[in-house]
Amino acid sequence: MSLRSGQGLHVAGSNGSGKTTLLKIIAGLSNDYHGSIGWRCSNELNPVIDKSDLLYLGHLTGVKSLLTPLENLSWWVSLCLPAYPIGSDEITRALQQIGLNSELNTPCHFLSAGQQRRVALARLLVSQQRVWILDEPFTALDHSGISQIENCIKRHQSSGGMVIMTSHQVVSNLELIQLNLADYQQRPN
Amino acid sequence: MLVSANENFSSYRVFTAIFFRDLTVYFRYRGSWINPLFFILVVITLFSLGFGADNQALRVYSPSIIWVTALLAVLLSLDSLFKTDFDDGSLEQLILSSQSLYLSVLAKILAHWLVTGFPIVLATPLISLMLGVSLEVLPELSLGLLLGTGILSFIGAIGASLTVSLASGGLLLSLLSMPLYVPAMIFGAQYLQDAIAGWPLMPSLSMLIGLLLAAVVLSPLAIMAGLKLSVEA
Amino acid sequence: MPNWQWFHRLGSPKWLLITLDRWLPWVLGLAFLTLLLSLIWGLAFTPPDYKQGDVFRIIYIHVPAAVVALAAYYAMAIAGAIAIIWRMKVADMALRSIAPVGAVLTFIALFTGAIWGKPTWGTYWIWQDARLTSMLILFFLYLGIIALYDAFNGSASGQRAAAIMSLVGTVNIPIIYKSVDWWSSLHQPASIKFTEESTIALEMFQPLMVAIPGFYLFCLAAVMLNMKVQIARHGRNNSWMIERAKIDS
Repeated sequence: MSLRSGQGLHVAGSNGSGKTTLLKIIAGLSNDYHGSIGWRCSNELNPVIDKSDLLYLGHLTGVKSLLTPLENLSWWVSLCLPAYPIGSDEITRALQQIGLNSELNTPCHFLSAGQQRRVALARLLVSQQRVWILDEPFTALDHSGISQIENCIKRHQSSGGMVIMTSHQVVSNLELIQLNLADYQQRPN
Repeated sequence: MLVSANENFSSYRVFTAIFFRDLTVYFRYRGSWINPLFFILVVITLFSLGFGADNQALRVYSPSIIWVTALLAVLLSLDSLFKTDFDDGSLEQLILSSQSLYLSVLAKILAHWLVTGFPIVLATPLISLMLGVSLEVLPELSLGLLLGTGILSFIGAIGASLTVSLASGGLLLSLLSMPLYVPAMIFGAQYLQDAIAGWPLMPSLSMLIGLLLAAVVLSPLAIMAGLKLSVEA
Repeated sequence: MPNWQWFHRLGSPKWLLITLDRWLPWVLGLAFLTLLLSLIWGLAFTPPDYKQGDVFRIIYIHVPAAVVALAAYYAMAIAGAIAIIWRMKVADMALRSIAPVGAVLTFIALFTGAIWGKPTWGTYWIWQDARLTSMLILFFLYLGIIALYDAFNGSASGQRAAAIMSLVGTVNIPIIYKSVDWWSSLHQPASIKFTEESTIALEMFQPLMVAIPGFYLFCLAAVMLNMKVQIARHGRNNSWMIERAKIDS
């Protein structure tokens, strides 16, 4: 299984088949596995995607409920893109683009689940990372939100980025290689 | 040279981002810095009542009372150090940042100490009054608590990082940290006792400083490992 | 090329179980022999102490227990380091197997120390004795590590957490011991001195030199038994384990 620049991977499988675990392993958050992962065709013993090239968005989004969307995104930019000169106007624009206008300075615990998800997904708009690992990005999003993120992923792919994602929603709008974990399940003896 | 300067700037930016974000969060939830302070005052009141208002005995035992109370206050507050970050997924982002996790851990502990340990230091005058300790030794007392709460925060953070993924890790955190707290407890209480009795301070003070330096430098190594395994769980 | 085969085999629970089975009777037998020898020698043939009388004989249990308890902690920490660095399952099992043995030994050392203290000091416990106080803290460390390991319900994270905690303890034990020592020297009343080993007579010393290896062997046997339990627990779904259980029953 290998993925090239501009390609995407959709990891499918039933609940408990290990989708999240697989994404965590690829992201380098978990070492509890057998087998090998290579990044840029390296054959090193412990190859992990360069952290500066990786955007990981898990089930837990890392949005602090006591902070405003603006504070949340600025914090993430400082943390994960410290070398890029992304100003506050760019951060504001990203949040507005994803549909948060009047809520920019409202603490996130006042926002709905879908809006909180949007705060996290606004990272995709400012992202400079080459690999996106998205675990169920469409959870709690409405139709317009989903199509917006889909467009975002398409743009990312066309500019040479990679996507590895899971989703229970239909992702027919996206060009993704399918990986069904059910095909790799161990047969019970 | 240019690259390394950039690198330094990036580390600095991550450090300040984490530090100020945590401070913002703590100040929006007032309990995070009021509760430890409130706790220490309540416990000292209970101690005073338990001693049957015997001012003489209180004064004699004040060093250990102050230390045990400060230790418990720090320990109880440490439960929250990584908990919210673990619950909302910030911890994963922290670990996946390309910048050094060591500095991130330092920033988090420093911010946490500033809202939990430092108020205790600021409350030293009140504590001295309640326990009948002479106000003349206030500077020494404050310095002792300043160093002491720092040591307690850094060492306790190891236990906090190891237990953060557990549903009820609070008690376990205390169980793990208590043995490690013994040196700090011994030298801290000794220092306060020396200060109150007017004895030379250098031996216990230098030990406290040494312990603090060792804790600041070494404990993040264990904390980093603890956080990584907690995210994996 | 160096022969690393033994190292890899060490990582195989199956090979380990067979080896444990082969060695366990010998270690256990030797442990009982040395313990019996040292106790009979120490309790019946060594002359009584001119000051303490027969009370001193408890050192034939107290001292070996204390020595082996500390050594067991370091063995556990080494197992923890191996588990972290090479991610060896067997090292995890070793850590979990050593911990309760060490905890029990520490408890024995504390208990016998208290019994010895009553006729000697007039009280079961005095905090000024640095060794006893350090032992108590070591006991807490052991309990904390066991509790941490078990809190994760046997997951790999719990094993690593326990390994990290045991390494943290390794760094701390000398600091704890030194600080307790310093503290007790400040507070120690001049009349009480706990110097059993340094001024001990040769006749009393000889059985001790048999008792300490005896304790080491006995604990090794206990750890080996624990290891077998751990291997069985981890491999209860393996085909070779099920096969073996069939043969055994």
